Amino acid sequence: MNLTLRIWRQKDSSAKGKMVDYKVTDISEHMSFLEMMDVLNEQLVNSGEEPVAFDHDCREGICGMCSLYINGEAHGPDRGITTCQLHMRMFKDGDTITIEPWRAAAFPVIKDLIVDRMAFERIQQAGGYISVNTSGNTQDANSLPISKHAADEAMDAATCIGCGACVASCKNSSAMLFVGAKVSQYALLPQGQVEAADRVRNMVAQMDLEGFGNCTNTGACEVECPKGISLDNIARMNREFLKANVKG
Amino acid sequence: MALDSKVPEGPIKDKWTNYKNKINLVNPANKRHIDIIVVGTGLAGGSAAATLAELGYNVKAFAYQDSPRRAHSIAAQGGINAAKNYQGDGDSNYRLFYDTVKGGDYRSREANVHRLAEVSGNIIDQCVAQGVPFARDYGGLLDNRSFGGVLVSRTFYAKGQTGQQLLLGAYSAMNRQIARGKIEMFNRHEMLDVVKIGGKARGIIARNLITGEIERHSAHAVVIATGGYGNVYFLSTNAMGSNATAAWKIHKKGAYFANPCFTQIHPTCIPRSGDYQSKLTLMSESLRNDGRIWVPAKLEDAKAIQQGKLKPTDIAEADRDYYLERRYPAFGNLVPRDVASRAAKERCDAGYGVNATGEAVYLDFASAIERYGIEQAKIHNISNPSADKIYELGQKIVEAKYGNLFQMYEKIVDENPYKTPMMIYPATHYTMGGIWVDYNLMTTVEGLYCIGEANFSDHGANRLGASALMQGLADGYFVLPYTIGDYLSHDIRTGKIPTDTPEFDEVEKEVKDRIDFFINNKGTKSVDYFHKKLGKVMWDKVGMSRNAQGLTEAMAEIKAIREEFWKEVKVPGSANELNPELEKAGRVADFLELGELFAKDALNRAESCGGHFREESVELDGEQKGEAKRDDVNFAYVAAWEYKGEPADAVLHKEELEFKDIELKQRSYK
Repeated sequence: MNLTLRIWRQKDSSAKGKMVDYKVTDISEHMSFLEMMDVLNEQLVNSGEEPVAFDHDCREGICGMCSLYINGEAHGPDRGITTCQLHMRMFKDGDTITIEPWRAAAFPVIKDLIVDRMAFERIQQAGGYISVNTSGNTQDANSLPISKHAADEAMDAATCIGCGACVASCKNSSAMLFVGAKVSQYALLPQGQVEAADRVRNMVAQMDLEGFGNCTNTGACEVECPKGISLDNIARMNREFLKANVKG
Repeated sequence: MALDSKVPEGPIKDKWTNYKNKINLVNPANKRHIDIIVVGTGLAGGSAAATLAELGYNVKAFAYQDSPRRAHSIAAQGGINAAKNYQGDGDSNYRLFYDTVKGGDYRSREANVHRLAEVSGNIIDQCVAQGVPFARDYGGLLDNRSFGGVLVSRTFYAKGQTGQQLLLGAYSAMNRQIARGKIEMFNRHEMLDVVKIGGKARGIIARNLITGEIERHSAHAVVIATGGYGNVYFLSTNAMGSNATAAWKIHKKGAYFANPCFTQIHPTCIPRSGDYQSKLTLMSESLRNDGRIWVPAKLEDAKAIQQGKLKPTDIAEADRDYYLERRYPAFGNLVPRDVASRAAKERCDAGYGVNATGEAVYLDFASAIERYGIEQAKIHNISNPSADKIYELGQKIVEAKYGNLFQMYEKIVDENPYKTPMMIYPATHYTMGGIWVDYNLMTTVEGLYCIGEANFSDHGANRLGASALMQGLADGYFVLPYTIGDYLSHDIRTGKIPTDTPEFDEVEKEVKDRIDFFINNKGTKSVDYFHKKLGKVMWDKVGMSRNAQGLTEAMAEIKAIREEFWKEVKVPGSANELNPELEKAGRVADFLELGELFAKDALNRAESCGGHFREESVELDGEQKGEAKRDDVNFAYVAAWEYKGEPADAVLHKEELEFKDIELKQRSYK
């Protein structure tokens, strides 16, 4: 198929960006969206132009590196996937596709379609861990039984890939689904209890400091999340936060 | 230089304990004055960085991604082995050691593998303490499953996302140390060379990938943990950015490169569908626990399927060839990866492949769904369940075990694998070869260490499933933190290493000159053009099976591609900005040298062995007829190559392998 791509081009974080149109031809419906971008870039390199910079790596839907706002949706029109898993069979010959970077003040553009997601790193550093020495001299793993239900629920929360689609699709640019998932994972496990109150307070404080907005229960984040992280995690984070502050 | 493996004396089961009791320690107050650089922050680098920081050293960690959480370790699906014997099925440290040495076709170092088995249990304890949500059974205890090449259930898992969860565990341990200021994290930085002072590794030159700035970083020791070189094939299961540059650069600065030809071809990947394809997607080997692999028994059925005239469900049970179960009754669908891959290729080469390209076999879950369905009906007291009910109940169980893998398959192939068998084909996956290291994980350059997939040490000629994660974490959490201390105990009076020295000047100049060359070269062809060309030679002549003639041709062809690359490569943009084409150019330049050494090593090894199948070396008769033939008399050694300029001029050093605790035997999975 032949397509018109409207792509956000921006030289660096201080430059002004603009939409630029490109044509690509002979795109196979079996290609992934990123492979289609490869075709465009090969074309640009061959004609002596600078290729479009975009983030990507594993191309298996797990590293969380790929982003892209496609036709107004994070990771494009399909559900439960990252951009690398989006296939061109979702589009039609002659389509015009609009491709933009994640839109959020806390994710400044680095170049073209690449944004800086370091805010997520700093939130994790504020408390997204269990303070255990890495010596290996811990108790035997089976001396701490965990119900299958709790382990499965913690796993569902831990499945978050940190891509930022939740932030990008939220009208308030809220990071609550991401932070909620991390807080939930540890809140559901016995290992995480000791520092639970400090963890949620510190992570929430860092989240606010980074300039993410608040949750107004619109639910767009859950819809666009490639890993189906549930809004329940936000509710759990709020409960944990309240509990932490009531306890003092 | 003669190779000294520095394996400690004494009985194998006591080596590591005795060694740890005798090494020098660094006083905690002195650790604060010692800097360590860790390049790469996947499972090996991440766990090493966190642990070294925990011990008190100042760690500088480097990753080309925006976050350590994106390292390709994250994509490992199936699980991690540990000899916990929780299942009571006869597992032990010795058995894990034995399975790994045998699975690696007796080309690994016994002492290293035994140590790996010894610390495997600790890894699980450590990860659970960090909050890794491993699968649990209904009693709240850890669940296990089994993997190819073994007869016990020793694999711990977190759905089909074990690598992700283990990496996030190591990453969280890193975050704790970053918050404490003990790890200085350099995201979006790429190491472009190592700096040696007085023969010792004392720093690196790195490029800030956002600004293009070339930076000098010094340390008392440098640890390379940058993963494998499977992308030398262009198409592989590795992430797009996975590269060999750090490893190749240290090779050029004196670190020997061992067994480059030992590359694993993973049997269960989604087949390639066209020339535009950028990478291959692996489906976890754990699927072989429940999936049965087959092709049509009749050639005419296979042809009809290839032409789209028949569907797999049209083929009667009696007309299917479950070739692994037929050839290897003891291990069946769970034979090791090299055996499963070769068997698939053999059937496809004979014309029995099941997709349009003829390069695919079926992985079928119908009988597992039925088996689980009947079991569930009994559990739920459903008498005389209909076939549909059985299917529905069974599907739920399969979904719980492999749901995300099935979803991934469906998204890529656009077929529902619950209804129709998956198609799979072997693809380049993990590299067992890598930088040569001694028992301390030190390379042939003093103070330069190499851990995880980037080194050669533990998997021999073939890696068993669920062992990569084990080695990465063992090296990072539990081995390197001890061995590096012994070395650094001599550095407590050294003081800060300055970066304004002639050694740093010189290496920085080399790095900058190369970047300038790429930016200014007036070539006509893109970097990917050369990478794809290299990949084709590698797959055709240095791929799943190799012969002397093809390898000789490959060496010459790769050399020619390299020469053309340096004349014709074109890199748009400038050096002082985010420039992905420039990053790729440097990496492909290194692959173009590594590829030739790879072929040279494969040519030298005139035996079939694990991931290296030489067509000239096959069993001609007896029970093992047609199987790969190893040659222990002439090739029971590690081939460690010393850099001498052109890859073709590399000099071979042999580390003879001694097997004192395990008898060298023909591998049989029959």
